[in-house]
Amino acid sequence: MEWFNTIIIMLDATLRVATPLLFAALAGMFSERAGVVDISLEGKMLASAFAAAAASSVTGSVWCGLLAGIATSVFFALIHGFACITHRGDQVVSGVAINILVAGLTVTLGRYWFQQGGQTPQLKDAERFKPIEFPFAQELADVPVIGHVYSELLSGHNILVYLAFALVPLSAWVLYRTRFGLRLRAVGENPSAVDTAGISVTWLRYRGVLICGVLCGFAGAYLSTALTGGFIANMTAGKGFMALAALIFGKWRPVPVMLACLLFGFLDAAAVRLQGVEIADGVAIPVELINAAPYILTVFLLAGFIGKAIAPKAVGTPYVKER
Amino acid sequence: MKKLIASVVTAGVAMSVSSTYAADFKPAVVYDQAGKFDKSFNEAVYRNGVTPFKADKGIKVREFEPKNDAQIEQGLRKLAKRGFQPIVAVGFTMASSVEKIAKEFPNVKFTIIDEKVDQPNVQSIVFKEHEGAFLIGALAAMKSQTSKVGFIGGMDIPLIRRFACGYSQGAKYVQKKAEVFVNMAGSTPTAFNDPAKGAELAKSQFSKGADVVFAAAGGTGLGVYQAAKDEGKLAIGVDSNQNHVQPGTMLTSMVKSVGVATYKTYEDAQTGAWRAGVQQLGLKEGGVDWALDEHNRKLVTVEDEKKVNEIKAKIISGEIKVHDFMSTGACNV
Repeated sequence: MEWFNTIIIMLDATLRVATPLLFAALAGMFSERAGVVDISLEGKMLASAFAAAAASSVTGSVWCGLLAGIATSVFFALIHGFACITHRGDQVVSGVAINILVAGLTVTLGRYWFQQGGQTPQLKDAERFKPIEFPFAQELADVPVIGHVYSELLSGHNILVYLAFALVPLSAWVLYRTRFGLRLRAVGENPSAVDTAGISVTWLRYRGVLICGVLCGFAGAYLSTALTGGFIANMTAGKGFMALAALIFGKWRPVPVMLACLLFGFLDAAAVRLQGVEIADGVAIPVELINAAPYILTVFLLAGFIGKAIAPKAVGTPYVKER
Repeated sequence: MKKLIASVVTAGVAMSVSSTYAADFKPAVVYDQAGKFDKSFNEAVYRNGVTPFKADKGIKVREFEPKNDAQIEQGLRKLAKRGFQPIVAVGFTMASSVEKIAKEFPNVKFTIIDEKVDQPNVQSIVFKEHEGAFLIGALAAMKSQTSKVGFIGGMDIPLIRRFACGYSQGAKYVQKKAEVFVNMAGSTPTAFNDPAKGAELAKSQFSKGADVVFAAAGGTGLGVYQAAKDEGKLAIGVDSNQNHVQPGTMLTSMVKSVGVATYKTYEDAQTGAWRAGVQQLGLKEGGVDWALDEHNRKLVTVEDEKKVNEIKAKIISGEIKVHDFMSTGACNV
């Protein structure tokens, strides 16, 4: 049973690590499905992480923190939208600009407000999302297999983790079963057709970008108020780009995107777990390789070795009405 | 008119003579990018070095906080040009800049903390982290109920390995069979800034049975301390006294007295005792130590305290030899 326990613990870690990726990847999905490339997932997440920790620390309520995080992320999403949709600017440039802006702004504001070198104060218990224990988790912990899975793997995460996974079927339903979803996909594939039908391309794309902002807000708040207890400079550490890779790996579809996030999360959890473990005498497992695996896999995918990743056709091109 | 000029000149001369001492002595400090309120390394320099020096001697210390890499060099050059000295550079990231500027201004005294720069006008203050880590490892093993303790480093560099190696030796000195898990958060500088990763590494070590973890990982450590608190395990801080970060689950902190060293540099420069070259500060010199205050008093019994101090005395007397990772590039314990 030793190995079984180890696997459960690794899967448990996988869920925790995959959550911010999942939020961010779903965010990217809504934006890119609407035809707007979003490099700035990283920046929005970082902005939200800072705002959430700061607001949470000042007000003492983690919910205020979450709201502030989402509001900030949405604000940057709107800037992105304003630059790329209204003014038809280059989407990649705007995204990079937001990343750079946020990296500097968070630290500068943090220094000014809290005088702790750009960090927010460490959050107290009431200022963070706490784990939720399922009913009977304690009692069932000793039941072999099922009890273990229930109490160790499923129970004991915070509400944002459950929300992230609940969002997957919800986004699938929105994308594939609602009128809004159909139009959103259409505007990413062939905006002029949408325009011909008398539907506003601009407004649809703005809605895609807005949803992206809200979801990135969750991702950032999760990082600073659930997974850890406070903001420090550049704490996203590339997770936004990892989410982008997951989005491509999942071929812009909700369930595969979730699986990609879980795979990347699992690789991360495995890297943590296997670090320093020797496979043979004196030969350690190359953790750097496992850490790099998500990117390598994505490159392989893009090169066409594992299936094909086809992006929404109109992604990256601003829509210009014919004159 | 002549008289007036003469009197002005005389007054000027008189003034300059009377204030020669204070005017000649213009100390300065350059913090690294973590900023002077980083709860750790830089803050120790500020609180225990710069502030008391100002208070004791009534001499202003010029401070500079670079916001990016490029500003380090500019800042050092500007300070040197304006006649500030000694200039204390805080942190190993400044080494190349200090070396360059020290060559440009051979008459200005520089002091760098945590790294060696081989120039005739540079004083390098380095610490015997392995000795302090040994002490911490010993205490960790005493408090561990599972005989399993963890170490979480930031970026995988020799300096951090030195901490890890001393820590393992200390734990094994107290409990021969003690198991020490060593994890590094990464191989790039972001490894010092990833609390989420720190928390995951800590949780992974806890799940393997560790119940005390020591983090020498900068900002990543904050995630480790949080995870320890969430799971009711013990954590150990580094550089500054971090016992206050999560009171109740912080067993102790391995303190590097960078502030005291800074103070001493200024004082030496003032009295003329300042010398270029390398200074290695260990337990004996008070350069490294462990922290005991009101935040962890309840966790450390009087008996533990006695034992740790005995070990400390043995290291100082040379009875216990702590292997330094950086001397051989390997840790065979």
